[in-house]
Amino acid sequence: MKKKKWYDYLWIVSAAYLILGCFNILFAWMGLLCFFIPLILAVAGGDKLYCNRYCGRGQLFDLLGNRLRLSRKKNIPGFLRSKWFRYGFLIFFFIMFFQMLFNTYLVFQGTNSLKEVVTLLWTFRLPWNWAYHGMAVSPWVAQFAFGFYSVMLTSTVLGLVTMMLFKPRSWCVYCPMGTMTQTICKAKYSCGSCMKKEEIQA
Amino acid sequence: MAGRRKAEVNQKSCVACGACAKACPIGAVAVWKGIWAKVDEAKCVGCGRCEKACPASIIRMKEVGA
Repeated sequence: MKKKKWYDYLWIVSAAYLILGCFNILFAWMGLLCFFIPLILAVAGGDKLYCNRYCGRGQLFDLLGNRLRLSRKKNIPGFLRSKWFRYGFLIFFFIMFFQMLFNTYLVFQGTNSLKEVVTLLWTFRLPWNWAYHGMAVSPWVAQFAFGFYSVMLTSTVLGLVTMMLFKPRSWCVYCPMGTMTQTICKAKYSCGSCMKKEEIQA
Repeated sequence: MAGRRKAEVNQKSCVACGACAKACPIGAVAVWKGIWAKVDEAKCVGCGRCEKACPASIIRMKEVGA
């Protein structure tokens, strides 16, 4: 049995994030850490240390699927792990992310008013007004929080569904951050001179 | 003495999530530069835990000559 390190408990942070967002939507801003830390580690360090070690979401799915036995532990269908699906999902995710940023901009500009809803699976608009207590921040700050929480909740729901249907960490197969950081790593080491052939073949 | 089965990674389909590395009880699997998982065959005892953990199901146990 391997000795547990502090970073083996980051699933608590992921769970707390989802719970805190139900009480005050502004906590959603903390989710930016899950975007920037993996990217910084990939660009600066050239590896997927975030996925491999720190990702609280991966740990949470692992815990629910393995420890709590909520996963069927079946193989994931081939199309879900195919390159076109992984990169297609990444692109789709990007489009929805920029749409969310644009919404924030419209609220910032004053064109639109703040909508206190969380959009689940890009479709279902859940009223979420109890988690916003008004006025303390600019409306666009709250709009971004609602949008970002929608992204995080949607990906968690997708991850939970695939966790139950397939292996616990099935989300990792098509996680946009994982695909993005892996692409960065591949780009970093595909420049011929810095990639030793024998290491690739090993 | 290492076992007769060894883990083999289909590197082209690997998503480099590191679930295998976490599952390995002896640290014989590691993610190489964020690109794919690599098995240290000298260490691998063929327990198959990485195969079970791999969410993309791209690790297979292969028989090696006795």
